Amino acid sequence: MSTVMDTDTAVHGAAGGSVAITGKEKRLLRHAMMPHMLCPGCGHGIVLDAMLSVLSERYEDLDNVAFVAGIGCSSRIIGYIDACTLHTAHGRPLSFATGLKLARPDLTVVVITGDGDGLSIGGNHLIHAARRNVDLTCVLLNNEIYGMTGGQAAPTTVLGAYTSTTPLGNTQHPFDAAELAKAAGATFVARSQSYRPQVFGELFSQALDHVGFSFLEVMSDCTEYFGRTNRFGEGADMLMGQARYEPSIDADLARIPTVEPVTIKQPVRPVLPIGVLHRSSRLTLEETLGIEGGRSSGVADGKLDDAVQRMDG
Amino acid sequence: MRLIQGNEACAEGAIAAGCRFFAGYPISPSSEIAEAMARMLPRHGGVFLQAEDELASLGAVLGAALGGTKAMTATSGPGFSLMQEHIGYGYLAEIPCVVVDVMRGGPSTGLPTQPSQGDVMQAQWGSHGDRAAVVLAPVGVQEVYDLTIQAFGLSETLRMPVTLLFDEVVGHMREGVDLAMDDPMTFGGRPRPSQPAGPSFRPYKANAAGVAELPDFGRGYRFHVTGLMHDERGFPTTDTSVVAALLERLENKAQAAKELVTPETYLMDDATLVLVAYGITGRTAKAAVDALRSRGIRAGLWRPRLLWPVQDEMLRGALQNAEMVVVAEMNRGQWAREVERVTTGSAILRPLLVAGGATITTEEMVGHVLDALEAPGIASPDRVSRGGTGPYANRSSAGAVALESKVVE
Repeated sequence: MSTVMDTDTAVHGAAGGSVAITGKEKRLLRHAMMPHMLCPGCGHGIVLDAMLSVLSERYEDLDNVAFVAGIGCSSRIIGYIDACTLHTAHGRPLSFATGLKLARPDLTVVVITGDGDGLSIGGNHLIHAARRNVDLTCVLLNNEIYGMTGGQAAPTTVLGAYTSTTPLGNTQHPFDAAELAKAAGATFVARSQSYRPQVFGELFSQALDHVGFSFLEVMSDCTEYFGRTNRFGEGADMLMGQARYEPSIDADLARIPTVEPVTIKQPVRPVLPIGVLHRSSRLTLEETLGIEGGRSSGVADGKLDDAVQRMDG
Repeated sequence: MRLIQGNEACAEGAIAAGCRFFAGYPISPSSEIAEAMARMLPRHGGVFLQAEDELASLGAVLGAALGGTKAMTATSGPGFSLMQEHIGYGYLAEIPCVVVDVMRGGPSTGLPTQPSQGDVMQAQWGSHGDRAAVVLAPVGVQEVYDLTIQAFGLSETLRMPVTLLFDEVVGHMREGVDLAMDDPMTFGGRPRPSQPAGPSFRPYKANAAGVAELPDFGRGYRFHVTGLMHDERGFPTTDTSVVAALLERLENKAQAAKELVTPETYLMDDATLVLVAYGITGRTAKAAVDALRSRGIRAGLWRPRLLWPVQDEMLRGALQNAEMVVVAEMNRGQWAREVERVTTGSAILRPLLVAGGATITTEEMVGHVLDALEAPGIASPDRVSRGGTGPYANRSSAGAVALESKVVE
């Protein structure tokens, strides 16, 4: 029952256009950056709140946690976190984050990206970060549209949906971000929603704990463009629409509350599983490079010398 | 003294300068730099990353640099094009790094792998928006080593990306190199914050040199870095006066490079015929000066090691007694435009522009100068002529004799 109550709080906060900040997570906010630029009803604030809640349980301060983001509404939320925050170029946060992590393996690096940023212009970096299994946590906020530029179709926009660049309905098939990350080699893949902040918190926590590339997709709603154009209602209506998602059958989901799927009038949006979708274990990029505490140990065992000798003939 | 390739000398210089992170993507004729870094970095406790493309390469370099590491990437024309947005990012966010472009013929996939000096303008103007570039151009293998070290010094001191621009010939030729610079740390290094950490910390508050004193990530300071226009706090702003001041400060700080890098001058004291050339072309130009001197022509060479920002006053001073200036470059007229701008009609300009993949030989330079001297109108240095089939076509000033500049296709 607590889930319902908390969800209500989140809904209320979202509909009011404010982030529902209570208690400990407040100290992790960068107050000087306020007021925030998210629209009323946007789901991203709920995600930020849930993220700060998890972080406040783990850290006294965020001196050793770096947040790296790209361009778009989702990426902007790092500006409100009192940490080392790096707002990079469109689509490139995983590149910057990979360099930062390899140079400073002592830091926890969290990448915040969106569906346009991470799957379209930055899609190549996503699959390669997953392939390398670099020890990062990547949170992709999926609102199925380009919000910041005024509501154009995204690589996640479902077939038939109306956007400013698909006035006759979207003609391109969408990506399944989680499946893509899994196929590319991510060793932790999960999907969550702004509708269930507690579930997000649990999955975000697991993603942070995971050693290797963890990918967490979060379904979040754009009320101003996607919602309005497709007549999905206001923020609260769209949140309730997320109830259609079914939990996956992953064993980890025993902890995740089940919510009865709600039938909505927009059949174009598919029912996607939430929860932990994939978990595996293999060497991280740091391990294959022999990086320990910022130092490469690849020389110690003579492997490199042998290799160079081989190449030099 | 070691016999090594220009590209290897670049990697050696980077290691000597303290570079401990390299990310790159294979491309001719720069790949040997990545290969050498892949061999050397692990020995020095550094990290080599083969990236998925050039955007990722420079992105990773900027990320590593923010973590506190000296970092570099190397590429050639097509990759340099892809890196332009991140070069602009590093400039605005004030993140030091070195970007090497070993030029080949372009545009597009162009001429892999033949030499060119076609990326000179791109090195300054390739990114969108107003940006002052710092670009170094070595003449040979020893200078690749030395200028790579200087590039790191400039980059760290000024907190900005610095480009090292050379061509396929310099990259691939082998020469004996002294791999011991007297003082590789002739520059001050990366400015560190003078303010304490805390809510009032302003990462983009500039020091006396106009350089932001950003701390490294994860060293007790919490701050925001963005590619948006920002105030001293690093927060996004659209305040026109703040943005204008930021752009002005960034441009001004880059001008310091003019005082820190010296051009090579050769027999300039009494020269009335000045060859202006850089990179490998500067080398053949030096031999051409000797050949012209042996014919009784008072020739001299002015070879910039710093292509951007242009050392206007130094160049203007060097050319004030010149009657004729020949800019020789392997393109259809790029740095020649800068010389034209700086001389403002004080000398006759006869650029020798060679595009197509061939280097400019000493014989071609000598022949070009002799032809030019025989042309009418040369006796009157006050009459300015510019000609050619490139950007100089039909642009002679009123009353001047149009001279055809030699363009070798």
